[in-house]
Amino acid sequence: MKLRLFKQERCCPRMGPGCLSAGLPVVCLFVVMCQTTIMAVEYDGGVVIGADSRTTTGAYIANRVTDKLTRIHNKIYCCRSGSAADTQAIAEIVAYQLGFHSIELDEPPLVETAANLFRASCYRYREELTAGILVAGWDKRKGGQVYSVPIGGMLVRQPVSVGGSGSTYIYGFMDANYKPGMNKEQCMELTAAALSLAMERDGSSGGVVRLASISEEGVERRVILGNQLPKFSTH
Amino acid sequence: MEKHCTDSRVKGVSTGTTILAAIFDGGVVIGSDSRASIGGEYVSSKTINKVIQVHDRIFCCIAGSLADAQAVIKTAKFHLSFHSVQMESPPQVIAAASVLKDLCYKNKDELQAGFLTAGWDKKNGPQVYVVSLGGMLISQQVTIGGSGSTFIYGYVDAKYKPNMTKEECLQFATNALALAMGRDNVSGGVAHLVVITEKGVEHVVVPGDKLPRFHDE
Repeated sequence: MKLRLFKQERCCPRMGPGCLSAGLPVVCLFVVMCQTTIMAVEYDGGVVIGADSRTTTGAYIANRVTDKLTRIHNKIYCCRSGSAADTQAIAEIVAYQLGFHSIELDEPPLVETAANLFRASCYRYREELTAGILVAGWDKRKGGQVYSVPIGGMLVRQPVSVGGSGSTYIYGFMDANYKPGMNKEQCMELTAAALSLAMERDGSSGGVVRLASISEEGVERRVILGNQLPKFSTH
Repeated sequence: MEKHCTDSRVKGVSTGTTILAAIFDGGVVIGSDSRASIGGEYVSSKTINKVIQVHDRIFCCIAGSLADAQAVIKTAKFHLSFHSVQMESPPQVIAAASVLKDLCYKNKDELQAGFLTAGWDKKNGPQVYVVSLGGMLISQQVTIGGSGSTFIYGYVDAKYKPNMTKEECLQFATNALALAMGRDNVSGGVAHLVVITEKGVEHVVVPGDKLPRFHDE
């Protein structure tokens, strides 16, 4: 337990403002991070996923139009947060494993399978990795599903899930505004609003909002540019 | 000069907390949860009142180390009542906030406490001030603080509108506190709310079972 705490203190930039105000010593390891805000919501018939588009190296924004919604299979995507290198590597490995498995089965893979593959890698190498991932997609057996694989390698299915450094700011908003039984457009609006609010407050999140909806029909992607984001009463 | 250890995990009783203050049309609502914990593991009090009266129409909310906050408030109350006697009139809200700010800034190395000050005075009407950890003082329309506040930044940004009615503002404050208490393990208990207007002061306590529930509860 102690070892893990020290590791987190070392990689301070990832933890965000709370860490600094607690007076912990900040040693800046300039790793490329997707401190970020990611979100995934289930609706009847599919899922909506969304992410911001900022990748940072310390205080420099290495990529302001990042695509953090990564295709794992035709109807299975993942949202990446944490170390950019770690999550890209894991996603590539899982995509390979899932593709192979799908050919063996001769049918589209299940979202739960993809989530378990992520969990297996994230848990086995938990000491070396910094990866928080949301796996979301559609399959014939259970429809739209969202699985959360946070840092440490837990796996849990949730109807709505947020992740990344900006997610702490929108837990309250999400709890208050998510209702079971929303349709696709409502989920898109909720995700766009939540991501804008998080991007407004979190220094590590920003840029554009990338959205995707996955259903039986396929995958539909949208981008909402900075000046088109929903605005809230400024005070 | 010795620097005290600022590791809040090792310190004594601290208010992991959620505090909030918001201006509505004609007054201000200030509120908090009621949990005090030791190291985030043991709840030492379920019903502590973190909304403290420093003068007739001026209230403060504390966040951070309970001991530091209580000491600072005690000193501030004394300074404020002395100031009020000298001026021969009720103190302004900014006077209360400035007294707290002075204490926090001059003793910033030893203290670990932040304050929200809210109140009503004749000159400027309802006001809310934030005195943060190092001694910064700023005025805002709505402000949140404490460990539980991180979870409701999005909700407050989206939901707060200037010039709400008293009932709308009370509902907004209750919802925000309930959402924070639902996500933060060191905030909880009941919601203490105080409404301050020109006419007077009204205390509202919302017990745990009467707090609004949300989709996953």
